[in-house]
Amino acid sequence: MTDVKLPSLAEGVDKATVTYCYKGVGDVVKEGEDLIELVTDKATFNLPSPVTGVIKQLFVCEGDEARVGSIIAKIE
Amino acid sequence: MIIDLGLIDYEDCYKIQRDMVQRRKLCEIDDTLILAEHNSVFTIGRSGRKDNLVVDENYLCARGIKVLNVDRGGDITFHGKGQLVVYPIVLLKDKWRDLHAYMYNLESVAIKLIDRYLLNPERCIGRTGVWVSGKKVASIGVGVSNWVTYHGLSININLDLEFFNMIYPCGMRDVKMTSLSQLIGKDISVEDIKDCVVSDFENVFNFGGVDFAPTEAPEMKS
Repeated sequence: MTDVKLPSLAEGVDKATVTYCYKGVGDVVKEGEDLIELVTDKATFNLPSPVTGVIKQLFVCEGDEARVGSIIAKIE
Repeated sequence: MIIDLGLIDYEDCYKIQRDMVQRRKLCEIDDTLILAEHNSVFTIGRSGRKDNLVVDENYLCARGIKVLNVDRGGDITFHGKGQLVVYPIVLLKDKWRDLHAYMYNLESVAIKLIDRYLLNPERCIGRTGVWVSGKKVASIGVGVSNWVTYHGLSININLDLEFFNMIYPCGMRDVKMTSLSQLIGKDISVEDIKDCVVSDFENVFNFGGVDFAPTEAPEMKS
């Protein structure tokens, strides 16, 4: 099982708003494929999957604030 | 690599950007700078709201002007003839994986251009973009996918500023927009400044088609 964490997006930024979920629980995702879209200030950031696998858990929904370093998804 | 698309519809240019983002992710292409000018269109970024459009959408539709929801950061803006839009497709690496630093450097490109005309361009803390005497001349809204950038920087050169009266630019009611032509008091075209913008971009980003590595150490905004 691989934990997908939200990386640092910018110095001084500790959270970002989830604006779109490309994938849901049970979906197959490829390495490098976008999982979720977040927005901070004037930038959107698409968080990619670090591995190929099936999404077992997704801890955020659209509209949520995700904290840098937090686990966004678990992929097996 | 520099690609000048000239006058192109926003949606066609967006497809090209997304294709190039995918190819950059796969290292099929080097970092690329796309230059474009668009036919009239309003775009609303992910932080935007349609009520920042202050005219009826049907009024615009009847004139062939679309209002598009797009996947960049920021609120509503206008693109049209007389505005140069710069879309860097670059892979951010290592310490440059910082969205604020990237946008700071985009601002630097516009500042260098406007500084050529001795107009004293400024940043405004908390309001991304480039300003002269309190009026906004360049706007920024970016997207990043797997640390490859798209969307970018638009600089008002000699466009019809009336279109900005149809929106609250960037969702801010007190923003006044300006253009380079208005500021210097004579007409100047997008073509006139393209080479300067490319040069300024290359200087700020140390852009030689090898690795993206800005030369300026950005100061972080609050």
